[in-house]
Amino acid sequence: MEAFFASLVSVAFHGAALGMILYVISVGLSVTMGLMGFANLAHGVFAMAGGYVLTTTISRFGVPFPLALALAFVSVAAASVVLERLLYSRLYTASDLEQVLFTIGLIFIAVAVARFIYGTLQQPVVLPDYLKGQFALLGRDFPAYRVFIIAFSAVMVGLLWFGVERTRWGAMVRATVDNRAMAQSVGIDTKRLFTLTFALGSGLAGLGGGLGAEIIAIQPTYPFENLVYFLVVVAVGGLGSLRGPFVAALLIGIADTACKYWLPQYGAFPIYVATIAILLWRPAGLFGRRA
Amino acid sequence: MSAHAGGYSADPRIRWIESLPWIVAIAAFFALPEYLSLGARILIYILYALSLDLIVGYAGIITLGHSAYFGLGAYVAGILAAKAGVGDPMVQLAAAAAAGALLGIGTGAIILRTKALTLLMLTLAITSVLLEIANKATALTGGADGLSGVVVAPIFGLFRFDIFGKTAYLYCLLALLLGWWLVRKMIYSPFGTSLTGVRENSLRMHAIGAPVYWRLVLVYTLSATIAGVAGGLITQTNQFVGLNVFSFESAGELLVMLILGGVGRIYGAFVGPVVYLIAQDLLAKQFPEYWYFGIGTMLVLVVMFARGGILGILDSILVKLRRRP
Repeated sequence: MEAFFASLVSVAFHGAALGMILYVISVGLSVTMGLMGFANLAHGVFAMAGGYVLTTTISRFGVPFPLALALAFVSVAAASVVLERLLYSRLYTASDLEQVLFTIGLIFIAVAVARFIYGTLQQPVVLPDYLKGQFALLGRDFPAYRVFIIAFSAVMVGLLWFGVERTRWGAMVRATVDNRAMAQSVGIDTKRLFTLTFALGSGLAGLGGGLGAEIIAIQPTYPFENLVYFLVVVAVGGLGSLRGPFVAALLIGIADTACKYWLPQYGAFPIYVATIAILLWRPAGLFGRRA
Repeated sequence: MSAHAGGYSADPRIRWIESLPWIVAIAAFFALPEYLSLGARILIYILYALSLDLIVGYAGIITLGHSAYFGLGAYVAGILAAKAGVGDPMVQLAAAAAAGALLGIGTGAIILRTKALTLLMLTLAITSVLLEIANKATALTGGADGLSGVVVAPIFGLFRFDIFGKTAYLYCLLALLLGWWLVRKMIYSPFGTSLTGVRENSLRMHAIGAPVYWRLVLVYTLSATIAGVAGGLITQTNQFVGLNVFSFESAGELLVMLILGGVGRIYGAFVGPVVYLIAQDLLAKQFPEYWYFGIGTMLVLVVMFARGGILGILDSILVKLRRRP
């Protein structure tokens, strides 16, 4: 019984860490899709880029870990502004098919570039000493880095929620998600809002990719392999909401960890089946507003 | 979408230029005997792309999971041949088609109730489920090692699959001819027109009383059946099935081929795979990084500047030439 309880705690803990990472990466995708109606399948590219920035700056240039995390956020956000202005913005009015194809094209390009620069091997993560080892809590030991992931993500999530629920920018975002035409006509500069929000979402993906580099391995096929997970979070959670993807990401993180722990012979099969069932039950996701 | 998309108003008679692909295919058979295995692969992918064009180009269903039906067809044919000892290629193909059709109607009836992202997500999830099954049911599928030992008996007991790939090439050509005839017939029928109507304005189709949902389920099932046949053919010609038939990359590649040729115009599905697979054969093995970079760039360029693909570009050149006195 004690052993079972210990594994239960362990699954919940590791699942929560994975779920937090999934949320930090995917929340930008949910906002992009809800705000701009853009099916950005290449969202994982930003996460991968963040992962590469973090691992490279630490292992090659000896940048301290917190600075490397900040760099992952800033550089990915900056790069995404360029991409948004140059390419994405031209396709806001295009059909779903064109958006899907365009973003698949971006994935192919990113995979090729990553393979060209870094080769096919997984990038090792060099952690600072203070994040290695164990962290004792309530008489149990937890890996310090995962504790850090959960705590840090929680702070980020809190900041994000505060920003969206309590600031002027957040009110503008919510207004535009609800009714873009009306928001425009009351004088909200939606174009600038799109660029800013896109940059924030991409930057968060970069941050999540870097933060989770130890959990979700950084390698060139990253955007392909994890696309399903990011999309599941958004689709199950519901477009354009912050709360929905959070619940969905935690559910998926914990369910995925539990399946790998107790039912390894089924792989990711139960996750996909559960996703299909949830989407059939509620096509707009658990917290989706659009039918 | 293009004016060439066909439909009820278009003249359904076969124009002379439509014999061109078949003349090229037969000429290639005699002129390039050392490339017949690549040729058979191209023919199979044309059939596969044709099935995708039916739902993406005509019915406007965006899917990232069409490889589910292709892969299922491939595994059903392979399992029959390697595990159940059924060597007759016709039986294998019929089973692949039936499996594609059953999965098509089963999944189509469920997922076509949804739209946009949810639909996209469901197609991905279904393919992922099949990939997981194929990966874990090693006793049947061989898992990650793939399924080898596929035995294909002579066709009708007469024509053996030779090592030069002659029989396979002609066999695939015949299958493609049949598939093309079926798809073409359907597109030029009132049914085909109603599909285009759903794609362009599904609300109005509802308003005039068209059974939109059932039309979509029907075309989805037909498309899945053809994809199943294409999967069966790829198993028979390769005599091997691997997990990659279900991969997201392979579904993505198929979309690339179709877009490259041109969506919603039947012959785009012919041009795309020819160009793509020949280029892949020449370039991909030497320069894999550049290859992926190239197809990615090409996709972005096609979406930005040439939405009709190669045939769309040809069309606009022809129109410009005709305008000149």
